[in-house]
Amino acid sequence: MKERMKIPRQRMPEQDPKVRVGNFYEVPYGFTPEEAMKEAQRCIQCKTPLCVGGCPVNIDIPWFIRLIEEGKFVEAARKLKETNGLPAVCGRVCPQEDQCEKVCVVGKKGEPVSIGRLERFAADYEREHGEVSIPEIPRWTGKKVAVVGGGPAGLTVAGDLIKKGHKVTVFEALHTPGGVLVYGIPEFRLPKKIVESEVDYLRKMGVDIQCNAVVGKLETIDELLSNGFDAVFIGTGAGLPYFMNIPGENLAGVYSANEYLTRVNLMKAYQFPEYDTPIMRGRRVAVVGGGNTAMDAARTALRLCPEEVTIIYRRGMEELPARVEEVHHGEEEGLKFALLTNPLRFIGDPEGRLRAVECIRMELGEPDESGRRRPVPIKGSEFCLDCDVAVIAVGNGANPLIPQTTPEIKVNKWGNIVIDTDTGKTSKTGVFAGGDIVRGGATVILAMGDGRRAANALHEYLAKGNPGVS
Amino acid sequence: MFEIVEKRHLAHMVNLFSIKAPLIAKKRKAGQFVVLRLNEHGERIPLTIADSNPDEGTISIVVQEVGKTTALLSNMDKGGFIMDVVGPLGKPTHIENYGTAVCVGGGIGTAVTYPIGKALKEAGCEVISIIGSRTKDLLILESEMRSTSSELLITTDDGTYGYHGFVTAVLSEMIAKAKKIDIVFAIGPVPMMRAVSELTRPHGILTMVSLNPIMVDGTGMCGSCRVTIGGKNRFVCVDGPEFDGHEVDFPELIRRNRSYLKEERMAMEEFVYHEGATCCERKET
Repeated sequence: MKERMKIPRQRMPEQDPKVRVGNFYEVPYGFTPEEAMKEAQRCIQCKTPLCVGGCPVNIDIPWFIRLIEEGKFVEAARKLKETNGLPAVCGRVCPQEDQCEKVCVVGKKGEPVSIGRLERFAADYEREHGEVSIPEIPRWTGKKVAVVGGGPAGLTVAGDLIKKGHKVTVFEALHTPGGVLVYGIPEFRLPKKIVESEVDYLRKMGVDIQCNAVVGKLETIDELLSNGFDAVFIGTGAGLPYFMNIPGENLAGVYSANEYLTRVNLMKAYQFPEYDTPIMRGRRVAVVGGGNTAMDAARTALRLCPEEVTIIYRRGMEELPARVEEVHHGEEEGLKFALLTNPLRFIGDPEGRLRAVECIRMELGEPDESGRRRPVPIKGSEFCLDCDVAVIAVGNGANPLIPQTTPEIKVNKWGNIVIDTDTGKTSKTGVFAGGDIVRGGATVILAMGDGRRAANALHEYLAKGNPGVS
Repeated sequence: MFEIVEKRHLAHMVNLFSIKAPLIAKKRKAGQFVVLRLNEHGERIPLTIADSNPDEGTISIVVQEVGKTTALLSNMDKGGFIMDVVGPLGKPTHIENYGTAVCVGGGIGTAVTYPIGKALKEAGCEVISIIGSRTKDLLILESEMRSTSSELLITTDDGTYGYHGFVTAVLSEMIAKAKKIDIVFAIGPVPMMRAVSELTRPHGILTMVSLNPIMVDGTGMCGSCRVTIGGKNRFVCVDGPEFDGHEVDFPELIRRNRSYLKEERMAMEEFVYHEGATCCERKET
């Protein structure tokens, strides 16, 4: 035990910051087998592991880590996949420092075990060594489930239910499945080929994925239920991006983070004109917001923009909600921070193109309802920041398409679907929901956790032989 | 993949495509649009559905060559395949028996006016249509528009056909003659929709326009298509595409539509360089 505690946390090699700002390749290279086995030895195999409880999908963390320690990498990946359909994704994008690694006992006296990196290692090893095996699918139960939205929540539901013997069709509005994994999270944080292979795995298990299918416009939820589906899961994700409602927000050059990231990630605008979708690269880019989406947009901008990228955030560095790792990566890549700063208006040229943003300095006052100190403007501290591209990353509202066409599904005042949190059940019989359409704006793993719970409840619902409409 | 089952040349650089898309054909209503992507490297562009045939499972779109994607599409033929077609998107036109409805179509906007006029006629409206183009050769869907209208007026900017002048002149005359007009639908280039809206505003005639901003996803996720309507930010893809023309900030829409002029020109030049002069415009030059 003491021996184990002495091993230092293994460093994961990364692309040099100066080099990587010039490309879209993934930043960390991942562990070698030797590094992974060494890191795995750091796990003290707690009898009552806190890390499992810290994981939204309750992966048996000590078990898969032990398998890595023993050099059984493929077995480790399969162990992971018992509870997590997308380990290669989660190993990269989960905020482990707030989940499993936060409660890791080893971390109490030093640095926690790199659970996320080990997860990534096992999943990558299995995929890269062609060892991915398709689990045996039980005989068809006779039930069919429609999954609306092919993002993390929907793909989790699809994987879980197909393994239980139900037929699953995923309806995806975009031309590629993956949701935020393909349109939102940048290539340098999550290579798209990984998402493709995860989706491919689902297809091989028998999940039917229909792209270009906008439920609510093509078929409504009611039509799905009367056209042969026994139940529906809604995982339509984040919806309409919020803007700040300040002057000049519709100038050319002002993007929502969703648009900016979709153009670059999904449409590959960084390869324009080889790909047809353009993006304004800009000389100076301002990104408004302090979350992970803001960080993704800013680090994307660094790879497109020759001069300067600045994060504008109304609170301080300590309050920045983005992952520490991402902020650190951004800083290494030359990202600038205008903290305690809030935009007042965007200023354009006569052609309607963005030229600058006028901001005001803020100071932190009394704590607000979120418990964070409320930023208050400092009178007379207005100043201008030159920028020709601005990206607004201040969150998303709910997409109205499903509630518009299925009014029985209860939504809250923000338009998010109301569910029973243990089961994902909505107010409409046979209809379940999870992910950002419920939460408003959260993480991949929380959406997957929702999917997991909903899949269990869906399975129970279908097994009762009470499909409602059939 | 979506098969092109018919291609019809309508006018100089304007083609009608019928595309096999049975589900969309069954569901679509007047005023709605599709977003399409031609190939793996393609961009997503919105195009309004001009017509549909649910029995044959086809929708039709009218395409004018204005950039690389539309040029590429115009080079495609019957039997070709479009990689992605998604729809029907946007809210359908609100159709009811308004009384007298004037449908104004400018350029290929006529292709959007046509299904609206057709639906209005079916709802019992008296439909008067005014369609205009720069010159006679660019006029489209004349016989289709005639079939949905009790009266069809035609204008050309150069006087080669019909009334010599703009659609607004004809509409203005109609209003001056104290013709009772209950609603106007104006669809065409942004300056035309703006001019029609300005014309009807002092007379208090409800005027609906169909907007054509730059879009990416078309389902409300990206906000690229936002336009100020009555002082509020609205998303054309989910809140529109039709809005009260008297509330639309047209200058803003024009400016936003010009966001990528430089990139569009660059894409076109690169396309011509690689593909050679194959489109009709370049055949002439």
